Amino acid sequence: MISANDRLADIGPFVPAADDDLIICRCEEVTKGEIRKAVHAGMYTLTEVRRYLRCGMGLCQGQTCGRLVRNIIARELGRKSSELEPATGRAPMRPTEMKILSSEKGVE
Amino acid sequence: MKRYDLVIIGAGPAGLSAAAEASKCGMSVAVFDENAKPGGQLFKQIHKFFGSKKHKARIRGYKIGEQLLSEVAGGVDVELNSPVIGIYPEKEIVVRQGEDIVHCKADSIIVATGATENMVPFEGWTLPGVIGAGAAQTMMNLHGVKPGEKILMLGSGNVGLVVSFQLLQAGCKVRALVDAAPHIGGYGVHAAKVARCGVPFYLSHTITKAEGTDCVTGAVVSQVDEHFQPIPGTEKHFDVDTICVAVGLSPMAQLLMMAGCEMEDARGGHVPVCGQYGETSVPGIYAAGDVSGIEEASSAMIEGRMAGICAAAYLGFCSEKDKNASLTKLSEDLNDLRQGMFAPQNRGKMIKKTEEGIDISQTLLAEGHITTEEAERFPGVVHEVGVHPVIECTQNIPCNPCQDVCPKHCIKVGKDITALPQVDTNIQCIGCGMCVASCSGQAIFLLDENSEPGFGTVTMPYEFLPLPQQGAKGTALDRSGVPVCDAEVVGVKTAPAFDHTSLLTIKVPKDKVMDARFFKKGELEDDKCK
Repeated sequence: MISANDRLADIGPFVPAADDDLIICRCEEVTKGEIRKAVHAGMYTLTEVRRYLRCGMGLCQGQTCGRLVRNIIARELGRKSSELEPATGRAPMRPTEMKILSSEKGVE
Repeated sequence: MKRYDLVIIGAGPAGLSAAAEASKCGMSVAVFDENAKPGGQLFKQIHKFFGSKKHKARIRGYKIGEQLLSEVAGGVDVELNSPVIGIYPEKEIVVRQGEDIVHCKADSIIVATGATENMVPFEGWTLPGVIGAGAAQTMMNLHGVKPGEKILMLGSGNVGLVVSFQLLQAGCKVRALVDAAPHIGGYGVHAAKVARCGVPFYLSHTITKAEGTDCVTGAVVSQVDEHFQPIPGTEKHFDVDTICVAVGLSPMAQLLMMAGCEMEDARGGHVPVCGQYGETSVPGIYAAGDVSGIEEASSAMIEGRMAGICAAAYLGFCSEKDKNASLTKLSEDLNDLRQGMFAPQNRGKMIKKTEEGIDISQTLLAEGHITTEEAERFPGVVHEVGVHPVIECTQNIPCNPCQDVCPKHCIKVGKDITALPQVDTNIQCIGCGMCVASCSGQAIFLLDENSEPGFGTVTMPYEFLPLPQQGAKGTALDRSGVPVCDAEVVGVKTAPAFDHTSLLTIKVPKDKVMDARFFKKGELEDDKCK
């Protein structure tokens, strides 16, 4: 869990790396470098990075990249990935078209 | 809104087993699954399962799936193409069915959603041709489509090993099996099946690049240092069109998270905190199978039954007394499976000796096969006059069909099913071959070390097509897939009791019977797997 105090800790500057162009979230085409930069811009949780970059919000809903993004953020913060809360599980758990969600008849 | 006593999410081995138990207790049960067919991953498991009789050992996964389906037929409402998109307070479940969103209410829920394949990113990993090993298995075994011609497998756990063997069975060439770890992660017997077909193992190696612009046309593999970083200058190039990734699974527990269950990082991912029988922190919600921690199908089926019984007792469909009796028995069954070198509690440990105190073969861990010299120290390897079994089972895994099927009782595993099988030389083997065909690890051979002057025979399990005919001439390969001598097929046996494993008997020079472990018909191709 990232506390308010953790945000004051110095994680050092963003250092470019050879694999920054590597795509991590293929659904939304988010690269490793973008995720690392987001951390240095102050996004310390999966939820924040997700909202900022959309990684994990595509067709697979983070099924492929969720674990990878968590590891990248953790490494950048110098922490264990188990210390980071995973992205929230919320409905719709599977990609569902808006027309289907909005046509819901409600509970009879 | 429809009401059910129990809603199960996921119609895989755990979910269907839970449904079977719950409906037996008289509950109204609905099972929702997002796939078009029930069974989860069971129907693509074409290999024989491990364990003992009560775990359905030596039965192929898809047949276990058929048995499970017939067990739930009639009593359970299995709804396919029905992804559950949310679990809301008071156990309200929202399902997408076709163009509709359907709500239903359950008095208890079992989440058995399984797991998803992990990925590793490397240069070019998003190219078509880089696929999960599970996806390769789905293509081959469910749809009858070859995933590619020339394959590189990343990951030497049981999934990587089993799928590599199935790729070979499907007629693909597996060019290399690569793992960053210094030792093979899966069962040695699974590795040995692949190694004797000539697939080279590259341990302490990782893939650094998938080549190609529109699809995979090759792969670059590098050795890694102790921090798993590629060592420059060690690059090897492989001419492959498909890269299969088998680097573990992650539980798909998001629905449990949404349902408010307490979660933890353990057992292979982010999983619910569970009691012994799958009880989550929310009363009436249970988790079973891989979603509660990565294991395998046999244990998932037992966990499913436990959760089904707990749900039934929770709502009064089953007395506490009956519940306890069933759970005690199931716990024993589960405990039997969670023993041995690959047990959950031994994960990541480097085990050097078997339970019997015998040194584990280091060649097996590094190259996927034991050596002829190493074989001699294991209790299943004996030398006798006439036909006799040679059991190259060298790690403690929970499995004992060889003991059960031998009509003469020459093979002994004992009560502890992880023990290495021993061959009793006081009893004469009749050469029926039941042990050879029933060994899920294909680790048993029948040897006649002196069948005629200067020659001996080796009978091996054979699961490739076309099946060589009697009289066929070819080459005997050793445990690493290297040709050792010319060989002639002198016997081919198939029988319903062998369940699609044929027994191939080859004649080789007397001094090669302890080396010859595989047969290739005809002249060897130049670009043989190596």
